[in-house]
Amino acid sequence: MSGIVAATVLASTVAAPSALAGGANVIAVGVLLAEFGMFRQALLRDQVRLYAAQSALISVLAVVVAATRHLPDLYVLAALSFALKTVIVPIVLRRMLRGIGAIGGDPRWNDIAGSHALSVASAVLIAIAVAAFGFFTVAALGLRSPVLPATALSVSIAVVLVAFVLMIVRRDVISQAIGFLSLENGVSLTALVVAAGLPLILEIAFLFDLLVAVVVFGLLIRVHHGRAESLSTAELTSLQG
Amino acid sequence: MLLLLALPLAAALVCVRAPLSVARTVTALSGAASFAFVLVLLPAAAHHDIDYLRVLRVDALSVVFMLATGFLYAAVAVYSIGYLSGEAADDSSIRRTRRLWAGLNLFAWAMLAAPMTSNLALLWVAIEVTTVVSALLVAIENTDGAAEAAWKYVLLASAGLGLALLATIFAYYAGARVLGQSYDLGFTQLLAVAARLPHGAIQLSFVLAVLGFGTKMGLVPVHTWLPDAHSEAPTPVSALLSGSLLAISFYAILRFYQVAQAALGPTFPRNVLLVFGVASLVLSMLYLFGQRDVKRLLAYSSVEHMGILAIGVSFGAPAALAGVLLHVLGHAAAKGNAFMGAGVLVRKLGTKQISAIRGGLDLLPWSGPLFLLAVFALGAMPPFGLFRSEFEIVAGGLRSGSYVAAAVLIIAVTTAFLGLAASVTRMMMLPLPRPRAVAADRVPVAASSLVEGHEAGEPKPASAATGPLTTRVATASLTSALTRGEPSAWMVVPVAAGAVALLWLGLHPPAVLDELFTRAVALLGGGAS
Repeated sequence: MSGIVAATVLASTVAAPSALAGGANVIAVGVLLAEFGMFRQALLRDQVRLYAAQSALISVLAVVVAATRHLPDLYVLAALSFALKTVIVPIVLRRMLRGIGAIGGDPRWNDIAGSHALSVASAVLIAIAVAAFGFFTVAALGLRSPVLPATALSVSIAVVLVAFVLMIVRRDVISQAIGFLSLENGVSLTALVVAAGLPLILEIAFLFDLLVAVVVFGLLIRVHHGRAESLSTAELTSLQG
Repeated sequence: MLLLLALPLAAALVCVRAPLSVARTVTALSGAASFAFVLVLLPAAAHHDIDYLRVLRVDALSVVFMLATGFLYAAVAVYSIGYLSGEAADDSSIRRTRRLWAGLNLFAWAMLAAPMTSNLALLWVAIEVTTVVSALLVAIENTDGAAEAAWKYVLLASAGLGLALLATIFAYYAGARVLGQSYDLGFTQLLAVAARLPHGAIQLSFVLAVLGFGTKMGLVPVHTWLPDAHSEAPTPVSALLSGSLLAISFYAILRFYQVAQAALGPTFPRNVLLVFGVASLVLSMLYLFGQRDVKRLLAYSSVEHMGILAIGVSFGAPAALAGVLLHVLGHAAAKGNAFMGAGVLVRKLGTKQISAIRGGLDLLPWSGPLFLLAVFALGAMPPFGLFRSEFEIVAGGLRSGSYVAAAVLIIAVTTAFLGLAASVTRMMMLPLPRPRAVAADRVPVAASSLVEGHEAGEPKPASAATGPLTTRVATASLTSALTRGEPSAWMVVPVAAGAVALLWLGLHPPAVLDELFTRAVALLGGGAS
């Protein structure tokens, strides 16, 4: 976890962090750790839970920013985002998975441990390298935020990049869908850092859009499961060239 | 304007419930009406920007893309009447057909809404809506291929749009540095203060936008979903995807380009677009050779044309920019035509394999020649609109001193045309292999299995190469099922209209378009270099 160690080191040396900055960084790193956790989840149910936990962390951060920077809009956003990403989306996903027997039912389908294109260790190593790249590249751009330390921004970009790695190395539709959703979480984190004042109505539009996307992902996962009798994407190779 | 937004949405709602005959009438009317509304907006937008309720805004640039979408929406709505008339009447197909009608309207609605928004955030939302709606439309045929294509499409496009969302957020960040924390990402606001925007954030934002929206536009190397989705979707959806969705994504890039150019000067954004454009053009040109599926062939041709658009903008000369805008219109008409023509061929012969499609000109008295014309138009043959637009782009490139890029453009476009034309002329001109009566007499087995094959109703032309006997049987059962004639007049009329539009754009574009382009080119900073 060199990227994360570097994150904390950087945060403590570059600018002596206030309690807020420290707390924000801890939460941001927590989001990144949750992202890494998704690489090794073996059960579908846990994958969805991890996503819910990650989303909850972001809502907490939104509340922290709202309280310390006096941005009342963010309370609403935090509540909405908690309701949607920590409660509704996981429920929708799990109901759908239960519908196709991937939770409960046949234990063969609960298990996505075998969906790795690489071994977990190599995948995590690659993810660390990618995360470090994102972390330092964005730091070099020198974007400063009025509300949160720039370290949180770098971490959020790392989350986005790691989400891409996740989508690439895990070959099952659930992890890929969760990969996309956590990518969106990374973007939300970025938005909290650099665009805390984004008008609420636009944030709500984004969230609503996410909900629609989740429903569509769910439908397509169903279609895929109906055709392929599995959640694996390893068979999706007929269209080439 | 509000009517234009409400109409397709209302049509979609009607289609969810109404019987099929109502659904298709409503869709066709809504398509025609939307196109008419865009035409009404056209002269107004050529003279002044139209603001509405703060969230809606139409200027010369957006109306060009609305015109392309409106035209294709109308054409596809009419075409679908013919395309869907052959569907079986059982419950599940009726449900599927109804969904397709509703989806088409919703898809068109989102694509018309995207250029009408006044700020980057709503633009992103509208484009994400197009993704989810069109992903469902791609999956609608419920085959293995369609499920695979839809999954790849929704995952790649959503991930790309995740990047585009980051781009939007960084654009907000840049704007908020100057304008304060609460502004709503309006283009005009951003442009007004462009000179003072922080450079790092705008650079990041522009590159992310090109990568993110470029995924939807089909720029190499993030184009990989495109041929799958275009080839597996129902034909009306393919036509809309290719002719107008790609253009709408390009529109989003242009908005970011406007901001980036105003903030950073022209060099950086143009270089970014040049790299992506050349990559798309060259790679798709190579892929055009050796395609076996007619719809994939056309899909790669779309990638090629998106590359041309990106290169055209990177030239930056006013002539090139006007060419790009004309190219958007021409490509919508030509690619829509080509997909619709290919759809007729596929319907007639029951296969998408290029090697199995023969004798198109003999079999289809109208669609055949029209398809051929559409492909020639795509290859920028005079006198069609795309010839004029590519000519302007190249001329603009030479004038702005980008000799190498212009030369690459000419060579690649010509080679691509060769690849496209080789496959298509083979499909259209070569006669369908006819069974010889003598041969059938000499091989009674073949004759009897011919009847069986025909009754089974599944002639497998793809297996034609396996052996002489099966060849004869397969082709025999094919030709016996095929007589000269069109599957449906509904599938000819919109293609003919498209061909007329292409000719019109090529020979004598109306004066109002010229005014429109001049104004839009000014928006894009033509001549600023």
